[in-house]
Amino acid sequence: MTSTATRPTASGPAGRPSPERAPRVLSFSHKLSKWDLKLSPYLYISPFFIVFAIVGLFPIAYTAVISFQDWDLVRNSGEFVGFQQYIWILENPQFWTALRNTFSIFLLSTIPQLVLAIFIAAMLDRNIRAKTFWRMGVLLPYVMAPVAVALIFSNMFGDNHGLVNNILTDIGLQPIPWHKDPFWSHVAIATMVNFRWTGYNALILLAAMQAIPRDYYEAATVDGAGAFRQFTSITVPSLRPTLIFVIITSTIGGLQIFDEPRMYDNTGEGGAAQQWLTITLFLYNIGWREWNFGRAAALAWILFLIILVIGLINLLVTRRLVRDEGGRGVVSPRKKGFRR
Amino acid sequence: MNSRAFRRSAVAVAAFSASAIVLAGCAGGGGDQPSADPDEPITLTIATFNDFGYTDELLQEYMDENPNVTIVHNRAAESGDARANYFQKLGKEGLADIEAVEIDWFAEAMQYSDLLAEAPDSVKGRWLDWKEAAATDPDGRLVGFGTDIGPQGICYRSDLFEAAGLPSDREGVADLFDGNWENYLDVADQYKEATGKPMIDSANSVLQGIVNQIEYTYTEPDGTVIATENPDIQAAYDLVTERAVPNSAYAGQWSDDWFASMANGEFATMLCPGWMLGVIEGGAPEVTGWDIADVFPNGGGNWGGSYLTVPANGANVDAALALADWLTAPEQQVKAFTAAGTFPSQLEAYEDPALTDAVNPYFNDAPTGQILSTRAEAVTVAPYKDASYFKYHDALQNAVTRVFDGVEDQQTSWDTWVAEVEAF
Repeated sequence: MTSTATRPTASGPAGRPSPERAPRVLSFSHKLSKWDLKLSPYLYISPFFIVFAIVGLFPIAYTAVISFQDWDLVRNSGEFVGFQQYIWILENPQFWTALRNTFSIFLLSTIPQLVLAIFIAAMLDRNIRAKTFWRMGVLLPYVMAPVAVALIFSNMFGDNHGLVNNILTDIGLQPIPWHKDPFWSHVAIATMVNFRWTGYNALILLAAMQAIPRDYYEAATVDGAGAFRQFTSITVPSLRPTLIFVIITSTIGGLQIFDEPRMYDNTGEGGAAQQWLTITLFLYNIGWREWNFGRAAALAWILFLIILVIGLINLLVTRRLVRDEGGRGVVSPRKKGFRR
Repeated sequence: MNSRAFRRSAVAVAAFSASAIVLAGCAGGGGDQPSADPDEPITLTIATFNDFGYTDELLQEYMDENPNVTIVHNRAAESGDARANYFQKLGKEGLADIEAVEIDWFAEAMQYSDLLAEAPDSVKGRWLDWKEAAATDPDGRLVGFGTDIGPQGICYRSDLFEAAGLPSDREGVADLFDGNWENYLDVADQYKEATGKPMIDSANSVLQGIVNQIEYTYTEPDGTVIATENPDIQAAYDLVTERAVPNSAYAGQWSDDWFASMANGEFATMLCPGWMLGVIEGGAPEVTGWDIADVFPNGGGNWGGSYLTVPANGANVDAALALADWLTAPEQQVKAFTAAGTFPSQLEAYEDPALTDAVNPYFNDAPTGQILSTRAEAVTVAPYKDASYFKYHDALQNAVTRVFDGVEDQQTSWDTWVAEVEAF
């Protein structure tokens, strides 16, 4: 027992303010700095949200309004028709063809693209001369305007005088019906997409590969694992989060594919039998060829919902994989090395 | 006051006084009243597409006659761009004082004829009857100044015709094709037998040629849709799919392949409106065999042509009407024909020696002015095209293309078309 403990004090125990005491009045500058602390972050990020509300949120809401109307663009007025536009879209066989085409082109472009991108990234990840030159090189197609790419490729995939068919007939093969058969038209369009995006994805994957600790590879080499084994057991599992990101972005991009099928022939209508009509192309045709903005708006919302659903599926899959990462993902080389 | 702030306020004062002077200068015209003073300097904008033949010299001529007017000419690359721009801004603001409209979407524009300024009475009667009638709305307001029309002849490769054992001179070919569409397709069969190649460039241009000779195609003026029940359309479709498809090099025009084919002799004839002459010459500058015959299956046919319109909410409506009047007067239209081959739609122009004596060196010195005049006189039917015309015709062309591509047979493709039309 010390004297301090028993010493009577006027204001209660030191260091603890008495509960009766009125809260101290803050000076204005103090208040200001308190607000500064609380509000500033929101203010700093607000420009994005304000701009987003104007150019993003408002059009989305306005589209929803228009989608329930029979809209006249010129007179800027409409007549309420309820869900009629949505029903028209869902009953139209062209919509379902467009949906099929969109997914077909998406699969044909995403799968080979990712396989190729991982391969290119793995090559760039090795010790090669003039690294920067090669890395910039794979990004070059991405810099090209999509319309320019589409123009050049459309020319190559011409039915009668295209480069590809000329070569095929020269070596004695049958020419491919690029603009008649749905599958081949999807292959041609997917080629354009792959040309443009493979390098871009390769660079993202390369960045992820460089973040993999080199110890893993050293340990694997010590263990006697070959280059291929190292690639499948270390590189690919470590890339999983990045791969998921790449898959999600290319899903969203793939479902909105427009430039390439639009430029695939001169009318841009997706083919006489809707061979390569995609959802956005269908939307464009309804909106900007027929001036039926009510239907186009309804289709835009349907597309939005489709992307939302697929985004959710992506998210669920992502969550599962990320949670699993500790267990099934990269096995620590230390554990692996010392277990023997 | 530091120097920067001083400079800034000095600029503001200068700008203010400058605008005050300008405003004072305009005050004579009086706020909202449009151009009370005819000599007030104004700028007129005119928006066209492709090539209307409105050269800088032509516009300069007007500016010399009217020193207070400055003309700014905006040219869109193609009519589709102009169409998108037109309907986005019509009814709002931002259109040029004079806007060109192509015949394909002119019916769509006529739905909004109340938003367009009416042409003065003095110009009425200047054009071919049907050209003027199409620009007159149900209230009797004339809202479009006709520019050109597309009377069609037949362009052919004289060298290929000779090789196939057919007549190759202009008169001989005109006699050969004189008749109906069956006759035209008979010659195509003959040509194919002799050479093994198709004679016609595309199946859909034959469809276009036939459909442009039918008065009521897909809809009737009271709004009744007759597209799929119309026996004329069914007959046109059957004729094209049965006989034109096997005799055509392509399903439709304007593809890269089609452009490339103009030079390499894949086909020997094309249905040729005046403006197509430039397309052929551009596509096959090296070929010397192209010629044009003064004949068209089943009489005459018109394909294409444009109008000038003046949006009613423009800043200088009266001055714009005056300029549109001047540009579409016969004298100026003949100058446009000389510059770009756009065949006039004005009656008086057909007597102008500059038109009647015109020859085209590329087409073996063919008297194109004379030929196209005769072809224009042969046009007897002005097809009724409402705002939905384009949609129906486009779908029917797709049906022909499906048969051509072998994707669907004749009957299936027709059924698909019927289903599509029902979904509209």
